[in-house]
Amino acid sequence: MAKKSTETLVGVFVLLGILALAFLALKAANLASFSGAKTYTVRARFDNIGGLKKNAPVRSAGVSVGQVTSITLDKNTYQGLVIMKINEGVQFPVDSSAKILTAGLLGDQYVGIEPGSDDKNLANNDLIKQTQSAVVLENLIGQLIFNKAADAGSAAPTPAPGPSLAPAPAASAAASGSKK
Amino acid sequence: MIGLVNAIGQTTLRAFTALGHATYFAIDLARYTPSAIRRFGLVVGQIHAIGYRSLTIILASGFAVGCVLALQMYYALVPFGAAESLGLVVNLSLVRELGPVVTALLFAGRAGTALTAEIGLMKAGEQLSAMELMAVDPRSRVLAPRFLAGIVSMPILAILYSAIGIVGAWLIAVQLIGVDPANFWSIMQSRVDVMRDVGNGIVKSAVFGVICTGVALYQGYETQATPEGVAYATTRTVVFSSLAVLAMDFILTAMMFSTS
Repeated sequence: MAKKSTETLVGVFVLLGILALAFLALKAANLASFSGAKTYTVRARFDNIGGLKKNAPVRSAGVSVGQVTSITLDKNTYQGLVIMKINEGVQFPVDSSAKILTAGLLGDQYVGIEPGSDDKNLANNDLIKQTQSAVVLENLIGQLIFNKAADAGSAAPTPAPGPSLAPAPAASAAASGSKK
Repeated sequence: MIGLVNAIGQTTLRAFTALGHATYFAIDLARYTPSAIRRFGLVVGQIHAIGYRSLTIILASGFAVGCVLALQMYYALVPFGAAESLGLVVNLSLVRELGPVVTALLFAGRAGTALTAEIGLMKAGEQLSAMELMAVDPRSRVLAPRFLAGIVSMPILAILYSAIGIVGAWLIAVQLIGVDPANFWSIMQSRVDVMRDVGNGIVKSAVFGVICTGVALYQGYETQATPEGVAYATTRTVVFSSLAVLAMDFILTAMMFSTS
């Protein structure tokens, strides 16, 4: 009897270990993302993916609906091609738009999907056409400096090109253009 | 002058003798451990004594460390607006470092000392010699099952330590402080890799299991067969296995996580 209870207790011990391992792997690590729920794949091209990483969450209205599976550079357009999988239970219209957003000030970046209004839904391997790149701090600062310079320029007698805010899009376009 | 040279020579010789003893002991252990599988009942009994009986201290310590880590990290992360990353920080520090290392240190104190004292007293009571007289090799009857049990128990204890620590952190962060639970888990899931983090943690704790149990058995087996000798051996078990675990942890960490 004593022998039996020892064996039972060791069995409990080992089972506890297996349970804890399952908890660590499924709840506290990324194993769950390898299998389980059915998903479909959606692609999107971004001018700049910023700090987006593989396995980053895909969210809609802040709710996690999927995951980024791969990030590559599109050789033809020189854009970042982001492939993500979205849970099959969640369907988005074909004219939905994708943005790269940041959680918190210094937090992780994720893909946010804003649903459109089309009747047709995105199918497997579809491309999300409307995208908005990640905000790159250097470009923002460059834009700010350009605006300041434009302000100073418009105060001076030299001909300033239009109102002070107008050059801003041109500045960001120039900045992103020079990056390529 | 001659005395100094003499002392240096003596120390060196003693050190090398001890190293040789330890090496032969390690080879013996490695050779006799497979035979312990045939004495499975003994191994189960030892897992009960070494592993199951250590559960209380491991779980209590893991839970406390998880809670404290969550609280401290929360104060550190809030100024950066990154309180959701709390789960990730706690998870990585537990799974990669604290789980294996603290478990090994506690294991050395809880189970290692018991092993040393038990085998030392067996030797002092000449039970080991009696076994040899009965043509039972004490290395395969006494040492090997304990060694195997230690190697099996340590990873299980380390996993439990990490798991209960994360539960503790969840309790403090989500239930008490009010960190968003979805972010708490999802950031963890997106950044913690099963093979790289959890897997390497388990490999680490298995190595520590070999170190701690090996040191404890060696100290017990080589002890002087007197009460003071056993007391001394027990102390050395804790000191040596703790230092060896800390040194080995640094080497393993440098090897495992250098590229990430």
